[in-house]
Order: sequence, then structure tokens, then C-alpha cells
Amino acid sequence: MDSAISDARTPLGASADNGLKIVVVGGFGVGKTTMVRSVSEIRPLNTEETMTQAGETVDDTSEVRGKTATTVAFDFGRISLDARNVLYLFGAPGQERFWFLWDRLFSGTLGAVVLVDTRRIDDSWYAIDRLEHHGTPFVVACNDFGGARHSPESVREALDLDPEVPLVFCDARSRESSKQVLIALVEHLRTRIAGHAAPPRQEFV
Amino acid sequence: MSRPGRDDSPDRLYTVTQGRSRSASDTPFDLVTLVVAECEPTRGMQSEHSAILRLTQAPTAVVEVAAELRLPVSITKILLSDLHAAGRVSARHPYTAAVPDPDILEQVLVGLRNL
Repeated sequence: MDSAISDARTPLGASADNGLKIVVVGGFGVGKTTMVRSVSEIRPLNTEETMTQAGETVDDTSEVRGKTATTVAFDFGRISLDARNVLYLFGAPGQERFWFLWDRLFSGTLGAVVLVDTRRIDDSWYAIDRLEHHGTPFVVACNDFGGARHSPESVREALDLDPEVPLVFCDARSRESSKQVLIALVEHLRTRIAGHAAPPRQEFV
Repeated sequence: MSRPGRDDSPDRLYTVTQGRSRSASDTPFDLVTLVVAECEPTRGMQSEHSAILRLTQAPTAVVEVAAELRLPVSITKILLSDLHAAGRVSARHPYTAAVPDPDILEQVLVGLRNL
């Protein structure tokens, strides 16, 4: 079994030296793994992180003796962008316990894609709230499950979305469509940086 | 398909790390730190260490090592820290900054558009 997995591995080039992270967050069955799979160069892998009572993210260790460990499983895929940059795409569950591990797993992430099923918009509120809390930039992508198409305005209103947060419609099964979602996110990051984080320019007198 | 770690007895996880449940809190290993083997596995080496050295002949992210070894990420980081301290692997940490470098974002965009 192990050798079969190893045989299927596609190694990175020897010059790869910068790993980048983008997280796809969304409720159960919304298509996170589908999106990761459609753009990944490897078959998506699955792993997990556990926060036990000895975990450093638990402050009150005296209070949690005997507490069961919080375990969160997540999928990921990989995109080699060029000779040096490798983008890892994580499909992460949006449920509450997951957010306890956000900082440990996803600090330094470029940003997030909130994948929304417009038939179950309420599932996305919590994820959006948490991303805002963590200060993580994100775009909202509505996965097209067929059926009635919602207008962008109605989705924005239902999610109470800030006007500057991009909203896109996609088909997570399509590589091209999923790629466009990632591009929308990175363009959003670029706009944000240009907008309010630009260092004051030195004036030459 | 069983998930890494979940169905293993806690004893196994305890044993592979000699009882440590966390690495030093200053462990520099990120999920996407790329690890590269600096030597071949040797006889008598802990089996997880040998497996890591075989896996990382080409740069391999911490999260890929964890998935392939079917171990939780935190346990994997402890094993990697040991190997790193012994000079058996090198680590290429991600360029992290509070605000992403515009040049890197540009490279990401170009890479995505070329997919």
C-alpha cells in the first residue's frame, strides 16, 4: 500500500523553495475536494492535525485534563507555479472545531476561497465571520449545482458581504473555472495591498 | 480509506516520538515548509526517519510528508525537527510576511494563468 502511494507521487523540481497556501473553506458537500482535485497536479491527499490537552494552543491546561483531543482532517492538492513557487490548496471543513486550529495550520496563508452552495447559504456565515475575525482575505465562490441561478446581488445580501469582497460563480468540477476563482483571489490580494498597505513613497527633492 | 493517525493506537504515536506530543513551540516548520533529505537512510535508523529521508529526496512539503506517513501533522513536525537538528534534512521555509510580497503575488498570478 505504501509503495503504491509512493509510486504515484510526482516529485517537485529540485529548485522549489517557496511553499504558498490557499484555503478553500465551506460546508459539507459544497465541493471543496472537487475544486482541489480539479486544479491539483497530484491526486488530493488527506491528513489531519490533532490538538490535545498538551497542545500549545490550549492556555488553561489545568482545566482541560481528560478533554478529548480535537482532530481535524483536511484534503490538499498542489500546483507548481514555476521553478520556485509551489501553491498548496487546502480543503478545510468550516465547522466550529476547525477554527481552533486555524492559526496553527494556516497562519501565513495567502487567502481563502469561501465555497458556497446557494441552496444552503446559511452554511457559509460562520466561515465568513471567522475569516473576518482572523483578518484573512477571501473571495466568495458560488459553486453551480444547477437549478435556479441566484443574482450576485441576492447572494451578497444573503451573506451580508462587504462590497470590496469579490463574488464569483464557478463550477468546481472545471479546472478552468476553479483556476479563475484562484486568480480572482490573488487579484483581490493585489488590489488590497495596492489599496491600503502601500508604504509611503520616498519623495525626492 | 482510513485517515492517518485516527485509527492508530495512541501508543504508536507515543512511541514514534518517544513520548513527546509537541515539538518545541518555536518549531519553524510550517505546513508548506519544503523538506529536502541531506543523506541516505542508514541501517538501524527509526523507520519513520528512514521513510522521511526516502520521501524527501526531492523537495517535499511537511503536509505531504504527514499524509504519506499517515501521521498527524504535529507528530510529523517532531520527527522532522529531530532530523533537522541532526543535519539529515534541510528546510526551505516559506517566505512569510504580514503582507504578501507584491512580486510573489505577481509570480502566483502568472503561474495560475499559465495553468
